[in-house]
Amino acid sequence: MNTSQLHQDTPYRWTLAPGKDEQRAPVVLYASRGLLEGMDDKVLEQALNVARLPGIVGASMTMPDAHWGYGFPIGGVAAFDAEQGGIVSAGGVGFDISCGIRCLRTNLTGEELAPRARELADTLFRRIPAGVGEEGALRLSMSELDEMLAGGAAWAVARGFGSAGDLEFIEEHGTMRGAVPAYVSDLAKRRQHGEMGTLGSGNHYLEVQVVERIFDAAAAKAFGLREGQVVVSIHCGSRGLGHQIGTEFLVSMAKAAAAAGIHLPDRELACAPIRSEIGQRYLGAMRAGINCALANRQILTHLARESFAEVLPQSRLETLYDVSHNTCKAETHVVEGRKRELYVHRKGATRAFGPGHPEVPAPYRAVGQPVIIGGSMGTGSYILCGTAESEQAAFSSASHGAGRSMSRHQALKQWSGRQLVDELAARGILIRTRSMRGAAEEAPGAYKDVDDVAEATEKAGLARRVALVRPKVCVKG
Amino acid sequence: MSDRSPFPAIPPGASLDENAGYFAHDADIGVVGRGATVEEAFVNCARAVFAISASPAAVQEVERFEVEFEEDDLELALVTWLNLLLPEARCRGLALCRFALERDGQRWHGAAWGEPWRPGIERGVEVKGATLTMLSVRQADGAWEARCVVDV
Repeated sequence: MNTSQLHQDTPYRWTLAPGKDEQRAPVVLYASRGLLEGMDDKVLEQALNVARLPGIVGASMTMPDAHWGYGFPIGGVAAFDAEQGGIVSAGGVGFDISCGIRCLRTNLTGEELAPRARELADTLFRRIPAGVGEEGALRLSMSELDEMLAGGAAWAVARGFGSAGDLEFIEEHGTMRGAVPAYVSDLAKRRQHGEMGTLGSGNHYLEVQVVERIFDAAAAKAFGLREGQVVVSIHCGSRGLGHQIGTEFLVSMAKAAAAAGIHLPDRELACAPIRSEIGQRYLGAMRAGINCALANRQILTHLARESFAEVLPQSRLETLYDVSHNTCKAETHVVEGRKRELYVHRKGATRAFGPGHPEVPAPYRAVGQPVIIGGSMGTGSYILCGTAESEQAAFSSASHGAGRSMSRHQALKQWSGRQLVDELAARGILIRTRSMRGAAEEAPGAYKDVDDVAEATEKAGLARRVALVRPKVCVKG
Repeated sequence: MSDRSPFPAIPPGASLDENAGYFAHDADIGVVGRGATVEEAFVNCARAVFAISASPAAVQEVERFEVEFEEDDLELALVTWLNLLLPEARCRGLALCRFALERDGQRWHGAAWGEPWRPGIERGVEVKGATLTMLSVRQADGAWEARCVVDV
């Protein structure tokens, strides 16, 4: 990215002040110089486009893992006030509504895992449907789908997938309120018919990891983490249903924006006033999509537990936390000393409430919400905790992943999937995938350095590092 | 069409053939389709999209389905066409290999051929939908080009 027009406020905060081209709010980019210079100029262009949308409050922000997305940058955060004509944007949430990461801590150590890792990898791969064309065993009728869309993870628990204890450690306690299944099209529901309990493909994964390093002993203790411990991370979202909601509302919002006199610098920014019929319909459907994702990750948690029980019967897997990173949520934030209800879009960004926030589960409240930065399959991932500082900095938001540094097409030219899988196996990382093309596209070298992203996230005050985990087994779509 | 195409050639490493291929996007994949008519360009875009999930050469024409829609905006018509094919293929459990599209004013009528996923079809990457990003449908010197980014 060309940084010449940006003002560097701190080593990890860069701004573009409003002044021309209908820019209503500043653009604030959180990143180190190195990360920023590695980003495509499109990131700034897209963040600037977001700053032009009506009713924006504070700033159009990007997290340290930001990369060029569609409409909003991935790693983008923006809040809108309904009372000031603010908008809700399907493009600002993204297509994979409530894509996120469920992290499970286990009672196992890396030493206990090692001799059974291969068998565990094969069992997870057999039990967890992953990849294009794969379907889940659970088939829901239309009325059951509506119940799932209203109930989320709580619905899945009631159906026997997991335990009520999981729900305390999921955002919204496992059920997003305000979901309106009737606003989800029949095609979206039909598309989900065979997809409950499936991982999907692309950058989605189920990973068995080992805690390599603890950065913050007090927070790690609160999260139940220690060095050498095995954890499991499940990264996926609302599957075809969420995408269908996004697709349908994107086109209808693009038309509605024109009718409402909203100028869209990019059609992908399709949006509607929060207080409009289509805005309310989208919110109801999008919240149903969030519940679909929460239910899906709950079912996958159950399948992971079954797989572990088969191979390592002494294992116990508890939900550490479940974070979503493609959402728009109504939240109360203090802006210039005044509490306001804002619709916070986080597209490829994680909510990161700080210590004392009532939404943080009681066992973690003294240290802050767990934040998960998923890395690539060959490097590592980070568990962090929210900070008080992040509230002022970014409406309590933080990075969600390593962020791509290279297009899928470039990655395909550079790596062979088979060779990559073999090389990772030689390093003790077992990959199980049905798609060698997918493996090549997800090559670790196609991502930014996750260490740099996590460090920048901490130094920008967005979240504090708690633990670094390294992959041992990765099931990819 | 390549001898007289007014559009830059699709790089050989990024194409199915001279009329269907890809362009780079950080997170997802850009698809390009070209043809003598807008319908042909849209068909070639669909070929590029579904080749991301499975090589068309490996897929047989066992089943066929049709889609219909109304759209007068050509760019939105491209997205609508692709976003009708994708969920329909998913709901039917099909890998697709051939497409046809006709247009009568703002009414579009398309068809797709393919077969249920089976072990012999190597899995690529799931395409979840077509987006409005870098969306364009343009005509130059009697040829058409359609492009957009698809979400994977």
